[in-house]
Amino acid sequence: MGRIVLNRDRCKACYLCVDACPKKVLGADNQVNALGYYPVKVNNVEECIGCAMCARVCPDIAIEKVYR
Amino acid sequence: MKREKQLLKGNYAIAQAAIEAGCQSYFGYPITPQSEIGEYLSTKMPELGRAYVAAESEVAAINMVLGAGSTGVKAMTSSSSCAVALMQEGLSFIAGDEIPCVLVSVMRGGPGLGYIYPSQGDYYQATKGGGNGDYKIVTYAPASVQECVDLTYKCFYVSQKYRTPVCLLADGMIGQTMEPAVIGEYPYEEIDQSDWALDGAKDREPRFIASIEREQESLRKRVVKIFEKYNKILENENIFEKYETEGAKLVITAFGSIARIAKAAVKLARKNGLKVGLFRPVMLNPFPEKLVAEIAQKVDGILDIELNCGQMLQDIKASIANCASTIPVKFYGRPAGVMMTVEEIYKQIENVYKEIVEKKYGTACI
Amino acid sequence: MEQLVYKKPDSIKDDFKISFCPGCDHGTAVKLVAEVLDELGVREKTIGIASVGCSVFSYDFFNLDIVEAPHGRSMAVATGVKRSKPDKIVFTYQGDGDLASIGLAETIHAMTRGEKVTAICINNTTYGMTGGQAGPTTLIGQVTTTTTSGRKAELSGYPLKISEILKEVDGTAYVARVTLDSPAAIMNAKKCIKKAFEAQIKGLGTGFIEILSTCPTNWKMTPQEAHARVRGEMSEVFKPGVYKDKVSEAL
Repeated sequence: MGRIVLNRDRCKACYLCVDACPKKVLGADNQVNALGYYPVKVNNVEECIGCAMCARVCPDIAIEKVYR
Repeated sequence: MKREKQLLKGNYAIAQAAIEAGCQSYFGYPITPQSEIGEYLSTKMPELGRAYVAAESEVAAINMVLGAGSTGVKAMTSSSSCAVALMQEGLSFIAGDEIPCVLVSVMRGGPGLGYIYPSQGDYYQATKGGGNGDYKIVTYAPASVQECVDLTYKCFYVSQKYRTPVCLLADGMIGQTMEPAVIGEYPYEEIDQSDWALDGAKDREPRFIASIEREQESLRKRVVKIFEKYNKILENENIFEKYETEGAKLVITAFGSIARIAKAAVKLARKNGLKVGLFRPVMLNPFPEKLVAEIAQKVDGILDIELNCGQMLQDIKASIANCASTIPVKFYGRPAGVMMTVEEIYKQIENVYKEIVEKKYGTACI
Repeated sequence: MEQLVYKKPDSIKDDFKISFCPGCDHGTAVKLVAEVLDELGVREKTIGIASVGCSVFSYDFFNLDIVEAPHGRSMAVATGVKRSKPDKIVFTYQGDGDLASIGLAETIHAMTRGEKVTAICINNTTYGMTGGQAGPTTLIGQVTTTTTSGRKAELSGYPLKISEILKEVDGTAYVARVTLDSPAAIMNAKKCIKKAFEAQIKGLGTGFIEILSTCPTNWKMTPQEAHARVRGEMSEVFKPGVYKDKVSEAL
């Protein structure tokens, strides 16, 4: 069981984290953020294993913390 | 270091004075007529545990100075003419960054490669600069080996006090001349640089030294702040020499090496009854406009003498125009190559004196 | 009990702003540098050199002392800093245009002197900040705003192989070319960046890292397509790997 701290207003919607997540936890939000992008959102947190792959590939440090 | 008078070459005097001033880092590339400075420091600096780097180019040298200066140490480079030309970009950045450093520029004749003969052809380069943007390089011009020492000290002090690049503008003649001089102790207080210099963000906010300003208003403010500094420097750090200007009808303006020869010609003129004086700005930038204007209001004419085609001349003329004086400004110059003799200058003084002063009053009245 | 397994590195400011385009590898690269500085425990004695190009905005995110260098002059500025303060950790963060075109002389000579600094070079085969012109590393056939029908060798020469050149320079102690196109590649890149800093810390010489990086905006690709290009044609010309490693030899 894992958990991420996502700052949705830092996300620029490159979705590299969506591809990196082995459990397909992440997807695109349908609400724009402060920057005008459709940021990622956590779809099914119960699947998250806290591997931090998403945080490692995020070029914008939008995923600020990962817990396991 | 012995503090008594010794026979010294200008370039060595500058180099040793830099050491006495506490110069921690020197970066340079050889070019005549200033190579002795780098040669001297290549041995002395490592002996003292200080930095000497033979840079791969003057472009690199000035940027090494930028890096060294950003840590707050006293940093210096020395070069000449076509190679100082290569440093202009770096100097613009250093001025914008407000980094203290000293540039010793020992002029040779130009344009282009020119040659190593004495010249003052780089007055424009030093005081107007080739770098981009609104900035000045504070400039002092020595006229003797003793002044090479004293002004090197002054350059380090002013650069550190005001966080600005300062240029010691010598020429081949001063750099190569040997004459008695004393290397005294560095006479200025040490200026603490710890409130801005980079040394790693330990127990404080990180610091960023740069010329980039993305906001319109902060860019404007930065330039205004820099120019306020130049006003303070002119007010507090100006150096000049006035010789026999009281009661003079004609004043000679000259700087650096040629001012010495002009002074001898002024002495000769005084001996022959001509009311002639000399004004020698030692600080060339910011230019002491008010001093020139004051003189202009008391004399009938000015004769500007330079080893170039008339560069400081433009600042003299501008100073006079600004005070609404209409006195004639004559020019006697010679581009790179052959030094003027006392007799040659005296002859010019005599001619200009006849034309301006005697025509005005008639010879009987003088 | 919940465990923290990842957090923003301390060498990135709390109020940081990443000024790069969406999906650009620059962001990942600076994050890795910050993570390495954190892990080596040297943040408080590090001085970074920001160069001209997309990397100039280092001060928006690095929680470090930074000095800006004129275009191409970062390694000269780094030399000045390190020689004046030998106990500091000094690194440059430059693009390929900055390091390998306008600044090639400063780069090679600083490394020839074996300056105890670390140079990070982002190779994205283009001038990113000015809008995607051809640079020293632009691939043959690559379309840019100044090679509109593709780079032709007979007109504009060949891409410069930076790591291959710098491994031959005697003063370098560590030279590696890495990519950031997958989580595994990112982990490997971080390991290499750490070695490049260790080369400096151990006084062995210059550490150099060339990062094959994406420029989705100017390549006109999605971040995913851009990573595929890094894995494909870019890696064919610029072969990733460790080119020199005096750090491991010294152990």
